Amino acid sequence: MRRYVARRVAALVATLFVVSALVFVVVRVLPGDPAAIIMGTEGSREALERLRHSMGLDRPLTVQYVEWMGGALRGDLGRSLQYDLPVGTLIASRLTVTVPLALMAALFMVAAAIPLGLYAATHHRRAGDYVTMVLSQIGISIPQFWAGLLLILVFSVSLGWVRSGGFDGWSSGAGAALRSLLLPAIALGLFQAAVLVRATRSAVLDVLGEDYVRTARAKGVSERRVLTRHTLRNALIPIVTVAGVQLGQLLAGAIVLESVFALPGLGRLALGAISARDLPVVQGVALFIASTIVVINFAVDLAYSVLDPRIRYE
Amino acid sequence: MRRRPLRHATFTLGAAITLALILVAAVSLVYTPVDPLAMSITGRLQGPSADHPFGTDQFGRDVLSRVMAGAVTSIAVGVIAVGIGAGVGVLLGLVSGYVGGWPDEMVMRIVDAVQGFPAILSALLFTAVFTPGTAVSMVAIGIAFVPAFARLTRAAVLELREREFVIAARALGGGDARLMLRHILPNSLPPLIVQATTSFPVAILAEAALAYLGLGTQPPQPSWGLMLKEAQNFLGMNPWFAVFPGGAIAVAVLGLNLLGDGLRDLLDPKTA
Repeated sequence: MRRYVARRVAALVATLFVVSALVFVVVRVLPGDPAAIIMGTEGSREALERLRHSMGLDRPLTVQYVEWMGGALRGDLGRSLQYDLPVGTLIASRLTVTVPLALMAALFMVAAAIPLGLYAATHHRRAGDYVTMVLSQIGISIPQFWAGLLLILVFSVSLGWVRSGGFDGWSSGAGAALRSLLLPAIALGLFQAAVLVRATRSAVLDVLGEDYVRTARAKGVSERRVLTRHTLRNALIPIVTVAGVQLGQLLAGAIVLESVFALPGLGRLALGAISARDLPVVQGVALFIASTIVVINFAVDLAYSVLDPRIRYE
Repeated sequence: MRRRPLRHATFTLGAAITLALILVAAVSLVYTPVDPLAMSITGRLQGPSADHPFGTDQFGRDVLSRVMAGAVTSIAVGVIAVGIGAGVGVLLGLVSGYVGGWPDEMVMRIVDAVQGFPAILSALLFTAVFTPGTAVSMVAIGIAFVPAFARLTRAAVLELREREFVIAARALGGGDARLMLRHILPNSLPPLIVQATTSFPVAILAEAALAYLGLGTQPPQPSWGLMLKEAQNFLGMNPWFAVFPGGAIAVAVLGLNLLGDGLRDLLDPKTA
């Protein structure tokens, strides 16, 4: 087991280096000159050269990569051209919106999906199962940003209960902040909840077919206990795996929902940086999100092998 | 026992919706009720009416015609993106599974890394250096599909490599390329077909999201996601404008999802 973990960690480090190389290649190596993009059409040739020099773009690519990577390892992702602030500081300040949004969506997803999935599995091939499956089928067909728009249409435009978007920050009270994240979190979590309902249902159905469940029932264990102690506990392994992978998807989905609800999170930072040609920010945000997703996937993978002793790795 | 596809309700419903989607897209190439680009200053932001069953947008363009034309964009992006994902993924998976050793290790690390880039993230990166457009959507979405295809193919190759018929073919003097293309690849097709079918609706969702964010399809080209971006500014004046394009996405995705589920049932002997 220890050797397995050590190998996985080594693979994780290698993967993170590939992630950084991919980000670097897209921004720096593919055709296109960041300095020319920043400068636009107005700059003179000398000004362009000066900018290229100050950005270090006139040095060999490998030197540029090692320097950028070295900085990133020390937590220095460069400086934003637009805000004149360290990219790391900008990302950290925007995470106070994106992370709570993704976590609220995750909470909504789990709270909705696990009971529904369990219900559908225990009512297999009965009306309740079919209704749940139809609902989840509809749920995975609705784009998250459209769900957001519909929620705005109903709760903001028609009923006038909440604002259609915006975020005043945590300083104006946690209640108000959480309220402005509520609709986006629901829109974001809905799709993932629909995915997780199906995963939960099939995981529980698998376990319900096991011999030990029949044995438990045969020796007179109450149905409630069979479900909680024997079934759900064992079904949780695949469920946790799916839910873990979904965390990364929630992070990516948050980018879209931040746009729908005008929330100042990581996604809006990146989108703003693109229109402002603020390449260090784009590069930093991309590196941050991709690395986070890779680390989440790694943790899920590891958790899976720890949780399930039946799995043996070579 | 041979299963008859048309008796499978999920598959049939999914196939019917998918066919309707393709038909609408095909028809829109030669006929739409109104020119999807024709503007009308007097007929802006109208609700549904006999002349405009889906209403009109902020330039007085017919939403029904634009929804029809948007189907073409969705299908085109879906086909190319799935093509890129399947093409690159299957190639990587074949090499990785068949060759093994350090090339396998290297390919798998790249696949792990690519998994960190959902379509939205790749599109963000690409638009930082390229002009946003449909091509960016296709490539960004295609890249996001690579890991799933690579893993599936690799797993199938690892399993098939040791099977008797492959060993027999090798004993008869079949070369690596022949073994891979004639014996291993055809036998790993069913899961790949299911994967391609289930990737398609994901591509349509992603195309819409990218267009909505301004990273993909650009105006005036009709795209469902783009229409929703425009509709958001006029939710108070014409809510229907936000309903129909979104409904089109949902119906298209629903049909393709059902088709994928049905195909999985029909092709996978384990779920029989």
